[in-house]
Amino acid sequence: MTTMTDPPGQGFRLSQLIYDTRYRSMTIQVVAMILLMLLFSWLVSNTIHNLQNLGKDFDFGFLSQPSGYDINQRLIEYNSQSTHGRAALVGIINTVLVAFLGCALATVLGVIAGVLRLSSNWLVSRLMAVYVEGFRNVPLLLWIVLIFALMTESTPAPSAFRGEDPDSTMLFDVIAITNRGVYIPAIHFGTPLFTNGFFNWLLVLIVLGASIFGIQRLRHWATEKQEATGVRPTTWYFILGLLVIPTAILMVLMGAFWDIPSLQGFNFGGGIHLRNSLIALWLALSLYTGAFIAEIVRGGILAVSKGQTEAAYALGLRPGTTMNLVILPQAMRVIIPPLISQFLNLTKNSSLAIAVGYMDVRSTLGGITINQTGRELEGMLLLGLFYLVLSLLISGAMNIYNSSVKLKER
Amino acid sequence: MSETHAQTVAYVRDSMVEQREPPLSQSGAYKWIHENLLSSWVNVLLTIVSLWVIWVALSHVVPWAALGIWSADSLAQCREIRDEIYGAGASVACWAVIGERWNQLLFGFYPPELYWRPVLAFVVFLMAIAPVLFASLPRKMLWGSLLAPFVLFWLIWGGSAWMPVAVALGFVLGWAVLRFAGPAIGALGGLILAIVVPVLYWAFVAGPLAGGLAAAIPIGLEPVGSNDIGGFMLATIIGVSGIVLSLPLGIVLALGRQSDLFIINKCSVIFIEVIRGVPLIVWLFTASLLLNYFLPPGTNFDLMLRVIIMVTLFSSAYIAEVVRGGLAALPKGQYEAADALGLDYWKSMRLIILPQALKISIPGIVNTFIGLFKDTTLVVFIGLLDPIGLSNAIRASTEWNGIYWELFVFIGLCFFVFCFSMGRYSLFLEKKLRREHR
Repeated sequence: MTTMTDPPGQGFRLSQLIYDTRYRSMTIQVVAMILLMLLFSWLVSNTIHNLQNLGKDFDFGFLSQPSGYDINQRLIEYNSQSTHGRAALVGIINTVLVAFLGCALATVLGVIAGVLRLSSNWLVSRLMAVYVEGFRNVPLLLWIVLIFALMTESTPAPSAFRGEDPDSTMLFDVIAITNRGVYIPAIHFGTPLFTNGFFNWLLVLIVLGASIFGIQRLRHWATEKQEATGVRPTTWYFILGLLVIPTAILMVLMGAFWDIPSLQGFNFGGGIHLRNSLIALWLALSLYTGAFIAEIVRGGILAVSKGQTEAAYALGLRPGTTMNLVILPQAMRVIIPPLISQFLNLTKNSSLAIAVGYMDVRSTLGGITINQTGRELEGMLLLGLFYLVLSLLISGAMNIYNSSVKLKER
Repeated sequence: MSETHAQTVAYVRDSMVEQREPPLSQSGAYKWIHENLLSSWVNVLLTIVSLWVIWVALSHVVPWAALGIWSADSLAQCREIRDEIYGAGASVACWAVIGERWNQLLFGFYPPELYWRPVLAFVVFLMAIAPVLFASLPRKMLWGSLLAPFVLFWLIWGGSAWMPVAVALGFVLGWAVLRFAGPAIGALGGLILAIVVPVLYWAFVAGPLAGGLAAAIPIGLEPVGSNDIGGFMLATIIGVSGIVLSLPLGIVLALGRQSDLFIINKCSVIFIEVIRGVPLIVWLFTASLLLNYFLPPGTNFDLMLRVIIMVTLFSSAYIAEVVRGGLAALPKGQYEAADALGLDYWKSMRLIILPQALKISIPGIVNTFIGLFKDTTLVVFIGLLDPIGLSNAIRASTEWNGIYWELFVFIGLCFFVFCFSMGRYSLFLEKKLRREHR
């Protein structure tokens, strides 16, 4: 027996806590824990002390008190008599709105720029490199402020659209770009099924979703048929009909009509008014994040080795099928995780709305509400929690996705 | 086969043919243009569209920038000069705003007669950073880099010269304890003592010592408050401090997250996730609004210092994630080899694991640094005058109301130069450290 054993009969000595590796990790952790507890209790006692000195308490009751301020951009019912909680909700919805719009546009821009940067055309790839480097190396805040300044200072005032021979004309006669914002046509319902407009749109969305589900089934059926018989049935006119007809019937039933903005008095009326703050924030976030996404897409495509394409060709696959079945699934595995983290960054960066006065959750809950109620501690805590929960939700979903597409290794 | 072939060959050439030029279509500019610009009709279309885009952009920007007016006192005067020279309505830049507000954009409201101090500080900074960035410079210069933070602090904020000296003495003290007392009382005891002694020294001795020395031998510069510091100087101070401080903190956090020790591991994970989950603006507001709640009543310290602390904590969480990626990318054999050599945890990290992991994470770390430097612009929201804050102030002034392109182009270009060169340096470093032969 040559295995090493501890010298017998010595029992436990205090010095083992430091010098014996079996106990040392325990010692370190206990010491760290005690230090951490001390730090926390120090911070908490300070906070309690300070709150007492200021005559404040720790209470979230302010959320149910009337807010007393107005929010100019909102998607749900809200007025100055509504509660602070409702104001926070309006802010959250605004944050989610600009984040959603931004993610969509940024993905489109990023994919186009990323693919074009790999183009064999020298000029195009250089142009895209200029776009990517230009946006990546300049602070986002500068882009937001710049686009906002452009929107407010170099676009015509509504009065420029007046008269027989106006200085400015509307884009395609339906979109008005003015220094007070962009006016786009809206769809209204003449004979709605619900009094609340939101439910009408929900119904339209549900019908559209059902149509898309039907199309999925149809394509699945066609694929099965193809695998069984070798001939793929022609389905494109079914797909087109399924996509358009049910939604169109519903829209006609509800008496949908275009509400085109027009000059009324000193300003435009009708249609949807997109404020400059929203547009500047949206465009800047999308262009900035798009540059990062372009790099991710480029990296993802380059990460698929050339042998994969050649192998697919050797199997006799066409270029389109090769892309769909061989290249994209592999590139996606590389692209998706950093893409999601870019979406997360965009959502967090939407808090820069403060620069242009867009009423996101930081401006309502973390801005005006805090100033009016003097509850910095509670307000900032809720604000931080909102962003934290959002991030954790998204990164949790990302982890599930990651483990589902991960290469299965031994 | 070969015999018949041999018979049919009537003549075998016995001299080499002169090497000829490749055909015109396969060489030079023609080939390049054909391959890169006109290889297919889609390519031709793309070339035409790109040429049009470039033409539109350049035909607007180049005359605007090149014909710009460089000397005027206000936008109105700028427009008068323009109307005189180019006729009314011409689109010309008014660079005069940069010239007139140059000092403000660079230094904020730093006293003008003391401008030499930040300029000198910048030179010192460049000299200190050079040996860190470029290994070909003499290694002795690193001693200067160690001293530089104290010199820089003294140059920028001024005050008694003895304060930085007294603070620096604390580090010397710590080193001396580790070096001389360490062998006598064991490594761990030495380390603990090397932390405790300087802390006690800073808390109780450094202040009176500096005061006493200042009373005895008064050497000092006129003190300048943090409120007067602004513009690119502010952005650089916050950015550089954040970068220098967040790297070690980030590495420690990454090691904590990889650690087997349950409590340390969970603490690191919670810290990293909480910091990363919340936008920097919220942290900055926390620093400016809430810090007073968490500290003992009556403590009030510099807003700029708070910002530097927050920015450091923020980017250290991101660096921790990047370094963790590098640690995870190392083959397990490296850890096992270090263990097999009998190295303890810190030695194996310092000698085997971290050099390789950090090399892998260089691009990510530099990207985080670039992000940090760009994020310094966010301090405008808590009332510090960074370049964007100053540009807002300039645009709100009566002289320059209505100007925006010129200022934004200037600020954007400055940031671009900083960030782009950081990115290039990371590429250079990657290339230099690449070991595998390709």
